Amino acid sequence: MTRPIAVRMSSVEKRFGPVVANAGADLEVARGEIHALVGENGAGKSTLMRVLAGLYPPDAGRVEVATGGDALRDVTGWSTREAIDAGVGMVHQHFMLVPTLTVAENLVLGRELTKGWSLDRAGAEREVTALSGRTGLRVDASRLVSDLSVGEAQRVEILKTLYRGAKILILDEPTAVLSPPEVQELWKVLRRLRDDGDTVVLITHKLDEVIEISETITVMRAGRTVGCMRTSEATPRSIAKMMVGRDVSLALDGRIDRERGPGNGHPGTTSTTQRSAPVAGSRFPVPCLEITDLTVASPRKPNEVDRVSLTVARGEILGIAGVEGNGQTELIEAITGLRAVSSGTVRIADSSGTLRDVTTHDVRQRADAGLSHIPEDRHRRGLVLDYSIADNLILGLQHRFTGGGGVIDTSRVSANAASRIATFDIRPPQESLPSRALSGGNQQKVVIAREMGRDFVVLIAAQPTRGVDVGAIEFIHAQLRRARDEGKGILLISADLIEILALSDRVAVMYGGRIVVTLPSAEATPESLGPYMTGAHGTAA
Amino acid sequence: MTGTPPDATAERRQRWRERIEESILPPLVALTIAAVVGDLLIITFGQAPGEVYRQLLEGTWGNAYGFGQVIYKATTLTFTGLAVALGIRAGLFNIGAESQLAAGGFAAALAGLAIPGATPGIIAVIICIVAAALGGGAVGAVPGVLRARFGASEVIVTIMLNFIVLALLNYFVATHLAVAETLHTREINAGKLARLADMSPLFSGSAANMTLLLAIAVAGAVWWYLFRTRAGYELRAVGLQPDAAEYGGVRVGNVWAKTMIVSGALAGLGGINYVLGYKHYYEEGFGAGSGFLGIAVALVGRNHPVGVVIAALLFATLSQGGLAVNALVPKQMVDVLTAVVIIAVATAVPEVRRALAASRRREPGTGNREPFIANPGPSSQFPVPTSQQ
Repeated sequence: MTRPIAVRMSSVEKRFGPVVANAGADLEVARGEIHALVGENGAGKSTLMRVLAGLYPPDAGRVEVATGGDALRDVTGWSTREAIDAGVGMVHQHFMLVPTLTVAENLVLGRELTKGWSLDRAGAEREVTALSGRTGLRVDASRLVSDLSVGEAQRVEILKTLYRGAKILILDEPTAVLSPPEVQELWKVLRRLRDDGDTVVLITHKLDEVIEISETITVMRAGRTVGCMRTSEATPRSIAKMMVGRDVSLALDGRIDRERGPGNGHPGTTSTTQRSAPVAGSRFPVPCLEITDLTVASPRKPNEVDRVSLTVARGEILGIAGVEGNGQTELIEAITGLRAVSSGTVRIADSSGTLRDVTTHDVRQRADAGLSHIPEDRHRRGLVLDYSIADNLILGLQHRFTGGGGVIDTSRVSANAASRIATFDIRPPQESLPSRALSGGNQQKVVIAREMGRDFVVLIAAQPTRGVDVGAIEFIHAQLRRARDEGKGILLISADLIEILALSDRVAVMYGGRIVVTLPSAEATPESLGPYMTGAHGTAA
Repeated sequence: MTGTPPDATAERRQRWRERIEESILPPLVALTIAAVVGDLLIITFGQAPGEVYRQLLEGTWGNAYGFGQVIYKATTLTFTGLAVALGIRAGLFNIGAESQLAAGGFAAALAGLAIPGATPGIIAVIICIVAAALGGGAVGAVPGVLRARFGASEVIVTIMLNFIVLALLNYFVATHLAVAETLHTREINAGKLARLADMSPLFSGSAANMTLLLAIAVAGAVWWYLFRTRAGYELRAVGLQPDAAEYGGVRVGNVWAKTMIVSGALAGLGGINYVLGYKHYYEEGFGAGSGFLGIAVALVGRNHPVGVVIAALLFATLSQGGLAVNALVPKQMVDVLTAVVIIAVATAVPEVRRALAASRRREPGTGNREPFIANPGPSSQFPVPTSQQ
C-alpha cells in the first residue's frame, strides 16, 4: 500500500462480561479509501469501530490514528470527544437524532451558533445547506427530523458527523434501512467524500455492497481479524468462506452468483433457487391465510395499514417488500393479534382447510389456530433475554408445557430444549444459558426453532435474517423453503429486497400502508419494484 | 435427556458455587460499608463502636425477649417484603404496602369482631386470615386495575392510596370502633394465635407468634408460584419484557392487575401478626413504617423469597437493636444506619457483581468455564457435528 495509513488498530481486545467481542482484532485503513469491514453478525465489527470512535476503551491492544499530519499517533482509549476533535466520526446503525428539532438544529447541537443570547437559526441553516451542497447529501435544513424518511434521516446523521469535522467516517450497516435507489445515492456520496480525500470505513455483512463500493476488505470472524485483501482480487465466495470459516453451501450460492452478476451486479431474475410447485396433489392454490380490507390505526395515523387484502396459499411464500415504516409492523401485529384492527378480517385455515375468522381472537388463540410468528425484533418481542434458552423455546407455548396445578413440567421443557437445540444447531448447546449470552444468529435460531419446530399452518416471518450472519441466513432460508415445500403458507416481510427475491413465489410491495403492487416472482426485480417502494408509482396500481 | 457428559455435574456444581457467591458476597460488602459508616456515626456520638455493636447484638439475638422481638418484626417485614418483591418481578413498583398492611389488619380485626366467640379456633383463624388477604388485596386491586385498564402509574396510585386508605381507616376506628379513650378496637372474639413464648422459653416475653409459620409458608408459596408455575413464568416474563410476554400470548394487563391484587394480599397478611398474634385488636398506626421498609427488604433480598426472609431478619435486627442501644446513642442513629444499608446495597451490589465477573475472567483455572465467544466459528471450542454428515 502506497497511500499513508490513516488508522491502525493492532491486537485489540474487548470483553463484555463473559463475552469476548474482540480478541486479536487488527485493522489498517489507508487514507482516502473506502474500506469494508465485513464479518458475520457478532464477529465484533461494531465493537471494534466503537473502540476506534472512543465509545469503548479496549481491554488490550493499540489504536493509532493519523490526525492532522501524516504521522500516526497512539490514541488508545481516547474519548468520543477526543475522537471527534481528531476527525473520527461514527454513524450508528440506530439514529441518534432529536425528532422535535430541525435538521439544522440537530446538526449544531452541542456547538450551537449564537447571536448574543439567542440561537442563530438562520446562520445554522446556511451552514448546513452549504455543507449539504458540498457533499451531495441533499436534505432540507429547515425541516423537522420527525418528518424525514429513514433515508433522509440517515443523510442527516452523516451530515452531522461531517459537520463535526470528520475526515475518517465510520458507517455501521448504513444500508439496512434503505431502498435500492437510496443505496445508490449513498454510494455516490461516499465516492465523492473519498475523492475529496476523506476516509470511509463501512461495516456490513452484505457481500454485494462490499464488491460494489469498497477498495479494501478486512474480514473478521469470532472477534479476530482473519484476512485483508484488495476488493479487485476478491470474489463473494472467497469473502463468504473467510467470514464463515468454511465453504458456504448451495442455498446461498444462488444469491451470491446473482449478486455477482455481470456489471456491478443488480441481480437479474435468472438462476434463483428452484421452486417447487404449490402443494402436491392440488392444482389450485389452497388459501391458508386470507386478509380482507384490513385497516389498522396507529397513534400517528388512523390508517397506518390501509385496506390491505392479501391471500397466502399453502406451499407458497408471499414476500412483502418495502421500505420500513410503511405499515409493515402494524400489519404484522394486526395479523398476529398484537394490535387491534379498525376494520377488516383475518382468516386462517383449520385442519380441514376451512378458513376461520380469527379477527377477534387473542394472540394465544391465533397461535393455537396454527399461526406461527417470527417477530421482526427478537430483542424486544421474540425472546425474553434473561430467560434461558429452554424457557425461551416454550414462549407462547407455555400452556402446552403445563401440567396439573398450573405447574410447568420442567422435564418436558428440558426434553423440548434438547431436541430443538440439536435440530436447529443452536450454539452453544446449553439449554440453561440465558439467551442474552447468545450471538444474534443463535438467538434467531432459538426463535426459528420455537416457531417452526411446532405444528403450524401459516408462518409470519418478519425480517427473519436481520442482524444474522451469513451461515445462519443460509440455514434460515433453507428452513423457510423446506416449510414451504411441506405445504405451509409463509408471509415473508423483509426490508432486504434480495431476501424477498430469493425466497418469494409472489412479491407484493407495501407503501404508505397499502399493497401497491403484487407481482409473480418472475417479474419481480429491483428495477421493477424500486419505483413502487419509493412511491413513484403512486398508489394507483 | 440423553447421556449426561461426565463434566456436566462438575459444571453444575461450579455454577451453583457462582450463584451462591453472587448472592452472598455483594450484600456482605454492602453491610461492611454500612458498618464502617455506622462506626463513624457512633464515634461522633462519643461512644466506642465495639461496645455499641455488642449491645446491639446482645439486645437482639443475645436474649430471649430481644430474639423474639426480632422474629416478630421480621414476620411483618417478610410479608411486606414479599409483596413488594412480587410486584417488582412483574415490573410493578408497589409503594402501597403500608396501607395494604393496615387494611389487612383492619379486615382481620373486623372479621374477628364479627364472628361469635364460640367459633372453633382453626376456623376463626382461617376466616381472619382470608379477611386480611381480602383487605390488602382490595387496596392492591385499585392500582392494579387502573394500571391495566388506563395505564395509570401504579407508583403514583399506591402512594396516594396510602393517604386515602390510612385516613379512612383512622376515621372508621375513631368514630365507630374505638374503645373509649384509645385508638384501638375491642379485642377480637375469636381467631387469636398462640404466642411462641407460651411454647418455648426461647422467645419468652416477646410478641413472636404463630404467624411466623404462616410467613415462612407464604414465602415458600411465593417461590413456588414464581419459579415453578406457568403463572409465575408469565409474571416474570411480563416484568422482564412486557412486549415479549405479549408476543407469547400473555395478557399483560391481566397479569398486572392480578399481581397487584396478590401483592396487596401479601402485605395485608402482615396484619395477622399484630391483630391475631399480638394485641388481638386493630390499632391506629400499628406496624407503621413496615410497608415502606418492605421496599428495602425486597431490594436487599433481590426480590427472591429466600432473600426477602433474610433481609427481613436483618432489618428487624436493626430496628430492635435501635431500642437496645438507646442508652448509648440516639435510637435515630439506627434509622440512619438502616438508610445507609439501603444505599450501600443499591450502589455496592452491582459494583461488586461486576468485579466478581471480572475476577472470574482473569482466572480461567476455575472449572472448565472458558469465556465463550459471541459467535463461535467452527474452529472454536464448541464441537460442530458437521463431520458426521
